[in-house]
Amino acid sequence: MIRALVLLVAAMGTAGATGPAPTDFTLNTHCPPGFEKTRAGVCELRTLYQFYDSLENRGLGGTRTALPPHRDGFTPQQIDLGRYLFFDPLLSGDGTLACASCHDPARGLSDGRPRSIGIHGEDAGRAAPTLWNVAFLKRFFWDARADSLEAQAPGPLYSPREMGNTPVQLLTSLNGNATYRRLFTQAFPNRRGAIVEQQVYSALAAFQTSLISLNSRYDRYVHGYDAALSDREIEGLNVFRSFVARCSECHTPPLFTNEQIAVIGMPEPAGQPFDVGAETILNSPKLKGGFKVPTLRNIARTAPYSHSGAFPDLRSAVAFYNKGRGHAVPGDMHLYLHWHISDPQLTETEVDRIADFLGALTDEAFLPQTPARVPSGLTLTKRGE
Amino acid sequence: MKKGLILGLLVAVLAFGAGLFFGRNGKQDLKISSSAGGASYRGGFKAEGDAVSGPAGVIHSVAGPAPTNVVVVKDGESIQAAIKAAAPGTIVHVMPGTYHETVYVDKDDIRIIGVIEEGRRAVLDGEKKLNDAILYSGNNFVAENLEIRNYKGNGIMGQAGNNFEIRNNVIAESGVYGVFPQLGQNGIVEHNVVSGIADAAIYIGMSDNILVAHNEVFDSVAGIEIENSRHAIVENNYVHNNSGGLLAFVTPGLPIKDTVDVIFRNNFVVGNNHPNFGAPGSTVSGIPAGTGILVMAADDVVIEGNIISDNKVSGIIITDHAHASNITADPESDPNSDRVKILDNVMLRNGYDTITEAKALLLADGKVGARNLDIVRVGPSPGSCIINRHQYVTAGVSDFAECDFTNTAATVNYLLPPVPPREIKPGERGKVVYLGICTGCHTYNGRMIGPPVQVIQALYMDNPQGLADYIATPTRKRDDYPEMPPQDYLDPETRIAVATYMLQVTN
Repeated sequence: MIRALVLLVAAMGTAGATGPAPTDFTLNTHCPPGFEKTRAGVCELRTLYQFYDSLENRGLGGTRTALPPHRDGFTPQQIDLGRYLFFDPLLSGDGTLACASCHDPARGLSDGRPRSIGIHGEDAGRAAPTLWNVAFLKRFFWDARADSLEAQAPGPLYSPREMGNTPVQLLTSLNGNATYRRLFTQAFPNRRGAIVEQQVYSALAAFQTSLISLNSRYDRYVHGYDAALSDREIEGLNVFRSFVARCSECHTPPLFTNEQIAVIGMPEPAGQPFDVGAETILNSPKLKGGFKVPTLRNIARTAPYSHSGAFPDLRSAVAFYNKGRGHAVPGDMHLYLHWHISDPQLTETEVDRIADFLGALTDEAFLPQTPARVPSGLTLTKRGE
Repeated sequence: MKKGLILGLLVAVLAFGAGLFFGRNGKQDLKISSSAGGASYRGGFKAEGDAVSGPAGVIHSVAGPAPTNVVVVKDGESIQAAIKAAAPGTIVHVMPGTYHETVYVDKDDIRIIGVIEEGRRAVLDGEKKLNDAILYSGNNFVAENLEIRNYKGNGIMGQAGNNFEIRNNVIAESGVYGVFPQLGQNGIVEHNVVSGIADAAIYIGMSDNILVAHNEVFDSVAGIEIENSRHAIVENNYVHNNSGGLLAFVTPGLPIKDTVDVIFRNNFVVGNNHPNFGAPGSTVSGIPAGTGILVMAADDVVIEGNIISDNKVSGIIITDHAHASNITADPESDPNSDRVKILDNVMLRNGYDTITEAKALLLADGKVGARNLDIVRVGPSPGSCIINRHQYVTAGVSDFAECDFTNTAATVNYLLPPVPPREIKPGERGKVVYLGICTGCHTYNGRMIGPPVQVIQALYMDNPQGLADYIATPTRKRDDYPEMPPQDYLDPETRIAVATYMLQVTN
């Protein structure tokens, strides 16, 4: 019933009968918040963190530590084209899902589900990671199998368990749409001819690099305003970075990830098969069950937690680490658990305080604007519901 | 479990055995070198501008000039309260007494200096309830003359503070690491007495340009560990009765991938035979108790002038990741100890009760009936060298070349002059705050969450101070806009800088 409705809506969209006129769409000539438009006409990130340094320029450390090298330098038009693409269900195989379906601005640029659901209503197997601050990342997907946003994009686009499109259909749909043809020409003025895949990935990357969250209350504390954090949150920060809890050893400031693969032995939700994670990607049995350390920025906005959504809330995710090294590893399995997975024996109060502190990492001031309409005229159908 | 680190040794016996047949035809000639003369090793680090620091320019201090602002904390008062109230650039003198607290320092130029009166120190006592004694992330941090006991996490832990000095502290029974600077550059750890630590008494993690000198470390799992760090000198330390004495490691899975250019010189590395009480899963839990110096996957480690005695497994072990069965894998880390350089050391009574795997290696190397073991190498160690090898009982070092230097006298230390704080011009700060914060709610000429910048400019055209004051304590001005949240977290200089910038924006 629901799917029938979805298909109907999709069909109406592609029919174009109710589609907006091509001239309704223009690309922003201003950079998104947080960016300066340079004389060359490209957008460059500006943040107070640029006044700090970091060891070996790795962007890892303590409070006043510089960020890692990042992607920027896209034009406002490329970023804005990426925004339209990001919200347009035209990118999925049956016109029902957009990138924003699983990376929903209203849900911390994730989808609020344990695991995402693809166009055929199928369990995608893993949770949708947040897109906040992806401009700083070098590895993408939970198993770190892509090394750039452009390399990441084809994954969900063409996976039958996710957006279920094909390169041929994607390019046919885009090139068949007069608005997109015009917008791509504006965004990529040096290229003529049909829209190509790389432009799609490039525009999506441009948009995603604009999703910056660096103005949380924690950041205000960092930049010198002690009162930005409550006593409880400071207590939580000190447990978080203590060598008893050791959270910050992997969730290292300022991004709250060190981007490494870690085997921590989190449980799968009931009925889910064990996920070997990076083992297959890196062909390394020692990394069985290893996943990329996720950022904790805006973490309070992206429940449930873990690669497969085993923890319904922040406190239970934190409490996992307090239940003993390897307590959730299946009995018949040997994992090379990360050395920081220990038995910290935190008090219940300390667990609470860590969760309190994580709440201070929320900042969605630069949340992107959802377009009222997208060039395909399709209506965003949330997550195959 | 305890021997997990070199469980793979047996596999390597075959390889060494083959070397015995094919590589060692005839006895090598004795090559005797004197380390009193000869060429000197120059480490891999060159300061900017290529300045070579000679003995005349030796750096003894890295934290910069001492602040003149001093506050005193007395027994019964709180050190943290004093630090919270202190401006950057403050010396906190802590009087003798007992302090039960975790002290954290997230600002620059703070010095916590204990006052010792007739041997009585300021004691930070965690009572086995508190996590860490001192956490710092500020630059130019100094901790001196303190006594730290009974913490569960670390004694003194740094996260990214540069130019640190940690000296003259007594740290006992204080958790996982006694002194642990991490992700910092340019630091000194000296004259500390650290004991009873469940991992490394002194642990330099992911840091550059470090001097660890004149410390006494004992009764711990590891004495001094240099891990995923570059340009470190460890000298003149007394390292005794740990499970392993001096360690140069690359731990896989860390974001900084290598350890390069470490000099272990003039240390006493004596009787490191303490039973290994490392936590299950920790890297050091795999160290065979009785190891003097352990090099694992670190490059350009120089071992010179140490007195290495009475370590029952071996004086020196050189190994790689493949033979450390208890650690994870990391495709981005080079697993081998490249270019180890063993210069003259005094080696006495090591390896008298070594592990089975090492005995097998000795046999494979043709050392039948050896009752001691000074140096054992397992796993590839390309480019390595040694002098006066005939002095030691060795296994697996026969293919080491002869070093073309005999000492490290030319390398005084790797410390840097204190780097002055970066000057940020008000205009630059104003622009970055405007773009980094204000543009979340204001655009130049459009309606967003707040009114357009053009409208604000019209209101405050010649009055940046008025705008700076308004944003600290905003009041509702327009019915059709939400009330602005106060920006009082920006200090007054930043507020005037951003107000000034905002009033001259043109697009």
